[in-house]
Amino acid sequence: MKSLLPFALMALVAVVAFYAFPYNLAFLTRVVITMILVLSLDLLIGVTGIDTLGQAALYGTGAYAAGLFAVHVWADPVAGLLVGGLAGAVVAFVSGLLLMRTHGLTLLMLTIAVAEVFQELANKLDWLTGGADGLGGITMNPVFGTWQFDFIGQTGYIYAVCVLFIVTAILKVVIGSPFGLSLRGIKDSPARMRAIGTPVGRRRVAVYTLAGAVAGIAGALAAQSTALVSLSVYDFQVSAEAMIMLILGGTGRLWGALIGTAVFMAVHEVAASVDPFNWLFIIGFLVLAVVYAVPRGLIGLPEEIRRMVGRLK
Amino acid sequence: MNLILSIITDGVAFGMILFMISVGLSVTMGLMRVVNLAHGGFAMLGGALTHWAMMQMGIPFLPSAVLAILAVVVLSVPMERVLYRPIYKMGELPQVLATIGITFIMIAAISFWLGATLMPIPLPAVMQGSVDLGFRTLPTQRIYVVVVGLIVIGGLFFLTERTRFGIRLRAAVDHPGTASCLGIDTSRIFSLTFALGAGLAALGGIMGAELLPIDAYYPLRYMVLFLTVVAVGGLGSITGSFLAAMALGILDTAARYQFPEFGTIFFYVAMIVILGLRPQGLLGKA
Repeated sequence: MKSLLPFALMALVAVVAFYAFPYNLAFLTRVVITMILVLSLDLLIGVTGIDTLGQAALYGTGAYAAGLFAVHVWADPVAGLLVGGLAGAVVAFVSGLLLMRTHGLTLLMLTIAVAEVFQELANKLDWLTGGADGLGGITMNPVFGTWQFDFIGQTGYIYAVCVLFIVTAILKVVIGSPFGLSLRGIKDSPARMRAIGTPVGRRRVAVYTLAGAVAGIAGALAAQSTALVSLSVYDFQVSAEAMIMLILGGTGRLWGALIGTAVFMAVHEVAASVDPFNWLFIIGFLVLAVVYAVPRGLIGLPEEIRRMVGRLK
Repeated sequence: MNLILSIITDGVAFGMILFMISVGLSVTMGLMRVVNLAHGGFAMLGGALTHWAMMQMGIPFLPSAVLAILAVVVLSVPMERVLYRPIYKMGELPQVLATIGITFIMIAAISFWLGATLMPIPLPAVMQGSVDLGFRTLPTQRIYVVVVGLIVIGGLFFLTERTRFGIRLRAAVDHPGTASCLGIDTSRIFSLTFALGAGLAALGGIMGAELLPIDAYYPLRYMVLFLTVVAVGGLGSITGSFLAAMALGILDTAARYQFPEFGTIFFYVAMIVILGLRPQGLLGKA
C-alpha cells in the first residue's frame, strides 16, 4: 500500500496542475516528457552507476523514428511510441556494445560523440529528416481512435501524463526485481558482482538498452506533441540538462528524477521570463547550490534537515 | 600538392591552438582526477578581456594580451581555492555538475558585461597579411600561432623535465599519495598548475580567436572539443595532449577541406575509434 502513495501524490499534482495552469499545458507537457527522459537517465546514473552525457542520442533517435513513422507509415500515437522506443533501444544496444566497455571520462566523451555523430547524420540526410529545417508535417491520429489532439493541448497533456505513469510503474517494478538488484550491486561494486557470477558487461548493455527504449519513448512523445522534430533533439544541452535535473532531484530512486525535472524547468521558465538575458546566472547558482549544499539532491533534503535538527537537540 | 600544404599549415596551426587551450586541462585533470568542464571559460575570458582592452581602452594588441593573460591567472587562483577545492573529493557527477554551473556563471557574467555578440580581436599590423616563402604564401597569423605554440611546448618541456617544480609535478601526477608522503606540497603544486593551465588557455583563446571566434557562449560551444583532446591524449600527459591536438587538428582541417559536406563527423568518428581501441587515451595510463 505504501508504495502506491507516491503514485497517488503524482496523480494529484498532475490533476491540480491541469486545472491551475489551463493555458500552460504545452509547457506542462514538455515537463512531463522531460521527466520520462530523466527517468531513463536515473536508471543509468542513479541505479547502475553508468555516467553518461549522451542521452540525446537515444532521445533524438526516438523522436525522428516516431516522426518519420507518423509521416510515412501510420499516424497512430501509441504505435508511434512503440516505434520510438524500439528505435531508442536499437541505438542503445548497438552503441552500448562499445560504450559499456568503458568508464569515467572516456565513457562521458564517447557518449557525447555518439550524440554528435547522430546530429551530423540527421543534418546530412536532409532528404529524409528535413535537415536544418526540421521534420514537419506530422499530424497524429486520435489516441486509440477516440481522443483527438486539440489546440490547447489538453489531450496531449493527459496522454503524456498517462505514459509517464506507465513508464514510472514499469521502472519501479524493474528496479525492485532481481535484475534491478543486480544493477544496484554493479553500482556499488562491479568487482564483487563479477565474483558472485553476475555477467556485469551484459547487464550494463541490457540496462543501457532499456534506458534507450525509455528515452526513445520520451523523444517519440516530444515529436508527437510538438508535431515537429528538429536537429536540436540531439543537442548536448539535452543530455547536460537532463543530468542537472536528475542530480538536482536526487539519484537512484526515480522520484528524485521527477522532482528535479519539475523544479529545474519551473525555475528555468520563470527566470527566463523575468530576465531573458541573465537567467543563466540563476541556473548556474542553482546548480552550484545543489552541489555544495545538498549533494544528495532535493529528495535528500528532508533527511538532511532532520539530521540538522537532531544535532541541535 | 598545394592543397596538402594548406591542410598541413592550417591543421598544424589549429592543432597548436587546441594544444595550448587543452594542455592545462589535461594536467589538472590528471593531477586531481577532477572533471573540469569550465576550462574553456578561461580561454573565453582571455579573449574577451583582450577584446575589451583593445576596443574600449584603446590599448594595443600585445599589452592587452599580456594583461588579459595575467588577469586570468590572477582570477584562477581564488577560483581554484573557493570553487574547485570542495569538489576534488566528490564523485565524477558532482564534478561535472559543479563545473557546468561554473561555466554557466562565466557565460552569464561575460554576456552581462560585454553582451552576447561576437568579440573580434583585431590583429596588429605585424600579424596581418601573408609571408611569401618562395614556393607559396602563408598567412602571417598562422606562423605566429605555430611559433608561439612551439615556444609553449618548449617551455613546458623545460619546466616538467628540467626544473624542481616539474619533478614534483610529475611525481604528484603519477602518485599523489606517495608524493605528499615525501613532503611534496601537492595542493600548492595544484594551485600553481591550475593557474598556469588557465593562463595557457587564455593565450590559446587569444591566439585562436581567428579559428574559434570569441563570444559569451564559447565555453559551452567548444567544451566538447577541448575535452576530446584531453580524453584522446590521455589524462595528465603533456605529450599525449600534443599528439592528440595535432592529429585532431590536422584531421579536422583535412575533412573540412576535402569533405565539407560531412562537417564534424570525421572528428567524432576518429575519437570513437581511438577511444574504442585505447579507452585510456593515446598516452594515458590504464
